[in-house]
Amino acid sequence: MKDMTETKIPRAINWNRLDDEKDLEVWNRLTVNFWLPEKVPLSNDIPSWATLTDHEKQLTIRVFTGLTLLDTIQNAVGAPSLMPDAITPHEEAVLTNIAFMEAVHARSYSSIFSTLCSTKEIDEAFRWSEENPHLQAKAKAILDTYAPGNDPLKRKIASVFLESFLFYSGFYLPMYWSSRAKLTNTADLIRLIIRDEAVHGYYIGYKFQRGYEKLSEAEQQEMKDYAFGLMFELYGIENQYTEELYDELGLTEDVKVFLHYNANKALQNLGFEALFPPEVSEVNPAILAALSPDSENHDFFSGSGSSYVIGKAVATEDEDWDF
Amino acid sequence: MSASIPALVYFSSKSGNTHRFIQRLGLPALRLSAEMDQLPFPQSPYVLICPTYADGEGRGAVPKQVIRFLNDPERREGILGVIGAGNRNFGATYGLAGRIIAQKCNVPLLYTFELAGTDTDIARVRAGLEKLGRHPCSTAA
Repeated sequence: MKDMTETKIPRAINWNRLDDEKDLEVWNRLTVNFWLPEKVPLSNDIPSWATLTDHEKQLTIRVFTGLTLLDTIQNAVGAPSLMPDAITPHEEAVLTNIAFMEAVHARSYSSIFSTLCSTKEIDEAFRWSEENPHLQAKAKAILDTYAPGNDPLKRKIASVFLESFLFYSGFYLPMYWSSRAKLTNTADLIRLIIRDEAVHGYYIGYKFQRGYEKLSEAEQQEMKDYAFGLMFELYGIENQYTEELYDELGLTEDVKVFLHYNANKALQNLGFEALFPPEVSEVNPAILAALSPDSENHDFFSGSGSSYVIGKAVATEDEDWDF
Repeated sequence: MSASIPALVYFSSKSGNTHRFIQRLGLPALRLSAEMDQLPFPQSPYVLICPTYADGEGRGAVPKQVIRFLNDPERREGILGVIGAGNRNFGATYGLAGRIIAQKCNVPLLYTFELAGTDTDIARVRAGLEKLGRHPCSTAA
């Protein structure tokens, strides 16, 4: 049957005429940060991998298949589903970059597997990821929101929660190993993924805020209720997922604090206030240090933290600041 | 009491994290934004609050408008200290803008917080600024 609808031809994208400067800023950030897993010498982790117990190895592989599933969803469904909602052509272009990097992330876990694990272990873990009810439940909750015809802003909420919250029950483990000087090259690779997801969550959250500010007060309230409702639903699933994975190592409570901390950051990306109070969101300092090595938290006010370094000269040229 | 608290100058882009931090802090503050042509001129010594926009190598950490502001010697003269903002997910470049400004301007990095800050951050920064207002010389310690 002949398609009678008129073919809509997009306008050629002009990066010299921006409707939103943030699009170029984020495009530049993402393209400069581009990387591939081959950049990281994963094979240096082989001796370290051998020091893990069988259970620790199985847990690590399972956690990484869980992360692979989320990256696969974001690559194949999540980021593409946001494209028809894009307000500017530049936003669409940024989303294609985001989609592609999610494929790089998903591919990276397979690089880790092929470096460290046997085919049998890998196949077993992928089978586990297909059968684990909690992992499947979180995938379903997100995919339902991405479905065609759903509200564009709700899709952005789900996307930010995936990028800035759902990954972190998994990211905890390589940060934990890294804090104990194990699998440190794998941790370097995971930090590259975390860096990308931070830009994605920030950007999609920013675009959410631009749409949200155009809503009426009543619509804003409804949208905010939806966001917090979805967060509660995902948090419930994450709790169970965390218990199943981490109970045996005795890490569950530590991971849950990390979940609270990241849930709060995900909500901040949307422009909302934190949900979990500080007393349940203070992350183990060893994990924080693994997240951002060489960047101690400064608190000159209370006298803790390292003393500041004073430079010699005061710069007056723009280029001097670019270091 | 609040009269002794140093003035605040901050940068916030349209994503608004630092702006929300300032709103919750509840203290008067001058905003720098990418869109403005005319930069504000602080009338008294001030603390600068600045988020980080670094790439993976740490380039471009300090927003251009903040560089413009600090490149003016008269505006730079009043800076007492800097508070850096960022996101730990950016690894070693977390809060880098604060560290760069502290080095360049020869002032202490007073504090670092993530995104729009937590309630703990707000309380610590407010208490710290009050202390700074009472004992301005202690920053030289």
